[in-house]
Amino acid sequence: MPRTAAVKARPPVSAPGPDTGGRRLPRTLHPLAWWIWALALATAVSRTNNPLLLFLVLAVLGYVITMRRTEAPWARGFKYYLYLALTVVAIRVVFRAVFATGMRPTDHHLFSLPHIPTPDWYAGIQLGGPVSLEALLSAATDGLRLACMLCCIGAANTLANPKRALRVLPGALYELGVAVTVSISVAPQLVQSVQRVARARRLRAGRNKGLKALRSIVVPVLEDALERSLRLAAAMDSRGYGRAGSATRGSRRLTGTLMLLGMCGLCAGAYGLLDPTAPKLLGLPALAAGAVLCLAGLRLGGRRVTRTTYRPDPWRFAEWAVASCGVLSAVLLFVNVGYDPAALNPSIYPLSWPTLPLVPAAAVLLAGAAGFLAPPPGKPVPYVSAPRTEEAA
Amino acid sequence: MITFDQVTVVYDGADEPVLRDVNLVVDEGELCLVVGHTGVGKSTLLGAVNGLVPHFTGGTLYGTVTVDGRTTAGHPPRELADVVGVVGQDPLDGFVTDTVEEELAYAMEQLAISPAVMRKRVEETLDLLGLADLRHRALYELSGGQQQRVAIGSVLTAHPRVLVLDEPTSALDPTAAEEVLAAVTRLVHDLGVTVLLAEHRLERVVQYADRVIHLPGDGRVVSGPPADIFATSSIAPPIVELGRAARWSPLPLSVRDARRAAAPLRTALAAVPAPAVRPVPEEPGAALLTARGITVAYRGVAAVREVDLDLRGGEITALMGRNGSGKSSLLWALQGSGPRKSGTVRVASGNADGTGGSVGGTGSGGSRGPDSSRGSGGSRGPAKGSDPKNLSAAEARALVGLVPQTPTDLLYLESVEQELDQADIESSASASDGGLTARVILDRLAPGIDGAAHPRDLSEGQKLALVLAIQLTAAPRVLLLDEPTRGLDYRAKTQLISMVDELAAEGRSVVISTHDVEFAARAADRVVVMAEGDIVADGPTTEVIVASPVFAPQVAKILSPLPYLTVDQVTSVLPAEEAGA
Repeated sequence: MPRTAAVKARPPVSAPGPDTGGRRLPRTLHPLAWWIWALALATAVSRTNNPLLLFLVLAVLGYVITMRRTEAPWARGFKYYLYLALTVVAIRVVFRAVFATGMRPTDHHLFSLPHIPTPDWYAGIQLGGPVSLEALLSAATDGLRLACMLCCIGAANTLANPKRALRVLPGALYELGVAVTVSISVAPQLVQSVQRVARARRLRAGRNKGLKALRSIVVPVLEDALERSLRLAAAMDSRGYGRAGSATRGSRRLTGTLMLLGMCGLCAGAYGLLDPTAPKLLGLPALAAGAVLCLAGLRLGGRRVTRTTYRPDPWRFAEWAVASCGVLSAVLLFVNVGYDPAALNPSIYPLSWPTLPLVPAAAVLLAGAAGFLAPPPGKPVPYVSAPRTEEAA
Repeated sequence: MITFDQVTVVYDGADEPVLRDVNLVVDEGELCLVVGHTGVGKSTLLGAVNGLVPHFTGGTLYGTVTVDGRTTAGHPPRELADVVGVVGQDPLDGFVTDTVEEELAYAMEQLAISPAVMRKRVEETLDLLGLADLRHRALYELSGGQQQRVAIGSVLTAHPRVLVLDEPTSALDPTAAEEVLAAVTRLVHDLGVTVLLAEHRLERVVQYADRVIHLPGDGRVVSGPPADIFATSSIAPPIVELGRAARWSPLPLSVRDARRAAAPLRTALAAVPAPAVRPVPEEPGAALLTARGITVAYRGVAAVREVDLDLRGGEITALMGRNGSGKSSLLWALQGSGPRKSGTVRVASGNADGTGGSVGGTGSGGSRGPDSSRGSGGSRGPAKGSDPKNLSAAEARALVGLVPQTPTDLLYLESVEQELDQADIESSASASDGGLTARVILDRLAPGIDGAAHPRDLSEGQKLALVLAIQLTAAPRVLLLDEPTRGLDYRAKTQLISMVDELAAEGRSVVISTHDVEFAARAADRVVVMAEGDIVADGPTTEVIVASPVFAPQVAKILSPLPYLTVDQVTSVLPAEEAGA
């Protein structure tokens, strides 16, 4: 009896584990809340270069993930993001060492790589030469910042069910969501059919190699895939996919115009914000106008698709709490109140141990509150259950 | 509920219309069975109900099709989704999401039904189709019968008035098929859903039908009560053929009715010795393939468990068992192309002593008398021989030929002619005796296949014949067919039987894995039943097949305890008896 086994596998209620979550009922948090939280934390990370703060962020991410992830397949992926983050740091450090930027007299000399002379027209870049501790440290902290932002995105993917996240997409982007879902479910079938055909090839003892051999695999697989996708399309059509909403030709044109203008506004606004020499008007106002136009476009475009969502995720207090503690920590790192802004980006010239500024550290810890503000995730979904052969037994 | 008014359908580029002047009215709450041979327009008729024909398939539809007051001319399929639910042949093809619960909700989401109602309907449907325990499971890991029930459930949640099922059980084993059909009949009886059902294996559904729509093949459509239509139709399940042969009136359609009608027939038949289903060869052929201790495992899970098997020349063996019982794995392991963990296969090489000319003919005039049990004797064959696993693909192919479950996997050229030429090239390199070209073999198996045709345009039966011919070009003496009966209609199955009979008459050994009991009863000399990787039964068809209620063919169920399996057996003794009765 698999059911009793599942019950036993769950920790008893009295265990000191976090999963009981007090009096709160287990449920999955709205995916959008996790995404807002993670993106806000990533924004906060982008402000600082301080390795102490960055490690604190990593610790917070680790805490929240262990507290609130589910047993689903996508929730086991965080370690891959960590590997990716390590790779990013390593690449940065190695590049900095190879493409040496020279030494200042005050720098600590670490080691020297053989210098490779470059031709004159390539003079801008040096290969090899002496490598200083300062250069490597600055590369490592830069890399660490990028790695932290990556891990934030990874945390969002781990904590939020990606499929449910797609369903939050506005109606206008619905087709995109469907395409992603279908391709996710079709990919394993394609792999299967390649394996099947490759195996069957031996039956005909196809002796030809190279292009002809490829053809004898690709042709049946593609024909199969094409037929299958036609059947899928027919099935989707007869199940009501793409029923006409209230859109007319005029409203479609209006949607397009709104989206285009909105995107232009967003681009101009981002440019204005990032470039300090740009006129003030190009900054926030353009960004806001662009966002409004885009929202209007999406709203109008969404009318094209009339559909509802099965078991929609509710947006309640916990969602507000998680999202706002992420946003609050980002705001605290941006307002520069109560701490020296220089502490966020400690200088390594001269080399010194970085200090941990109190307010930003508190801000990062505040983001960690999501670990207990979010309700505990539901009981593990039995994804891996009885194999097919046992079924009819 | 459904009205066809003067409907004619012509596909682009076709000379003849598929459907011609069809007038049809299907009332509410009827279970309508659509019967006809492959390619007569069953799918066109079913597709026209929700407008897939011609909105999706192309072609021209003249006349009007009205469903629940809506014409398909004015409503594309998506606008009819709340009235007509369509379930196809392979459930996996139609799945959009990946878990059971989401799949059930998908159609409702498209119809913009409110979340509260959706939730309620999903729960109801889970209970109605017995899927509650599976609600969070991933769709691909369900068994075939469960998948098909989910597919039915996923259209049911939209509360359609009409359910269109295009061969919903053709990919399932008998038990899973029963499961699906039971669900369908329950819907008809409990909910009053109008059901239009096309099905090849009529023996499974004929008893449930309120009405039969018969497509004779010339574009016409005849409809009426089952007993009337089947009295004359060109296509009929064994129970009907038996009824016609015994001139029962009214024609019984369920085993229960037939058994009651068959009492006099049983007493009459008990008086004479039952003829053999198939001619018994005077002497068992030499063992061509000897397998010992075959074990196949995938990631530590045993698919085939220490199986011993002997295949003799001139013998047709049916390999049966439910989905996932290890049939395919065993066949692939025997051929040498599939994985094998342990065990040996010895295939007698060369055709030394006579190509089995002594094996009896295939006509019905074979020797009669009680079926002599052949036993499953030990290793009678010579121990010498080669293991196809250790040979090159070309050499293995000349010893053991295998036609995979999806024969089209082997076809990749543009025309039948090119495929056949390619087969000749592939085999002349391997077969020493050569002689027969692929074209000659194909013409003998299935005459009249146009060489210029694209292999994908052939019917299922023709594709099978083409791949069979390609594999036979290498002249293997052992031939394995993995579920060839899938998607074949009665006519194609009869052709397949005569094909394999001919191969057996040449002294070859043929193994056919199949779910189809009626087919096995007619085609096989010997039946091997597998379960969970073991061989659980192995013996002459008559003994093995009658022993299990699931595996018994209809004639056996009607005439038991008499050892009759097929209608041909009965008709061969009947005329004389009837004169006396």
